Amino acid sequence: MLQTYKVTGGDFVNAGKASSSVKGILKQLNVLAGLIKRVVVALYEAEVNVAAHAYSGNILVEIESDQVRIRVTDSGPGIEDIQMAMKEGFSTASKEVREMGFGAGMGLANIKKNSDTFNITSVPGEGTTVEIINKLTD
Amino acid sequence: MMTEKSTFTIEELVEKAGLQIYCGADKLKTGVTGGYASDLLSDVMGNAREGQVWITLQSHLNVVAIASLKELSAVVLVKDIRPDEAVLVKAVEEGLPLLGSALPAFETAGKIFELLNKE
Repeated sequence: MLQTYKVTGGDFVNAGKASSSVKGILKQLNVLAGLIKRVVVALYEAEVNVAAHAYSGNILVEIESDQVRIRVTDSGPGIEDIQMAMKEGFSTASKEVREMGFGAGMGLANIKKNSDTFNITSVPGEGTTVEIINKLTD
Repeated sequence: MMTEKSTFTIEELVEKAGLQIYCGADKLKTGVTGGYASDLLSDVMGNAREGQVWITLQSHLNVVAIASLKELSAVVLVKDIRPDEAVLVKAVEEGLPLLGSALPAFETAGKIFELLNKE
């Protein structure tokens, strides 16, 4: 099953829609609750990252019987130093985003923690791609 | 963290902690398994657990989204912070009770902690 979603930079109202949709699909497929939770946390953080940092993003979700593969590709400023960005507590979020309680430098770490396989690539000035692969069976 | 199988309900929480109900009056029989106090959304996303009440001063739409995704039992807004109309509408849509405390987060959490610990 293939699902696609769009995220617009700065649009926090709709951030979370993809996570909510994917959660519903996985529930219908009777995936274990604990495994759904991991996917939802990782995808939500990825959505918020696009809203907080990029101009726009596309989310591709491939659901197979044994795994879900999510690719979030954005066009945006990209990340200069991925190692730094991965560090918990490091954030380049704006004051407005921080005031909402986002941008605490926990997003990427949360994604990694909740992914079985996590890949991130970025081209400064162009954008960032995050790939999340999680098993759907124990 | 409280016992997972708590029979403590939102109704009892509202009564005993003196909370206001902004929405979710039809969800009062929902069980509360514990609480999580934080204003950092990623912290809640990463660490709060299903059935907990979330104590926070954040009152925007993403709070509802996160509480719903994490299947939290309710959100308690502190310091008499009121949700705006859009947030209420979204919370009703998601079936998420939004509650209010007149006290700051520390006192609100203390009270709720004490109540849940008595169970």
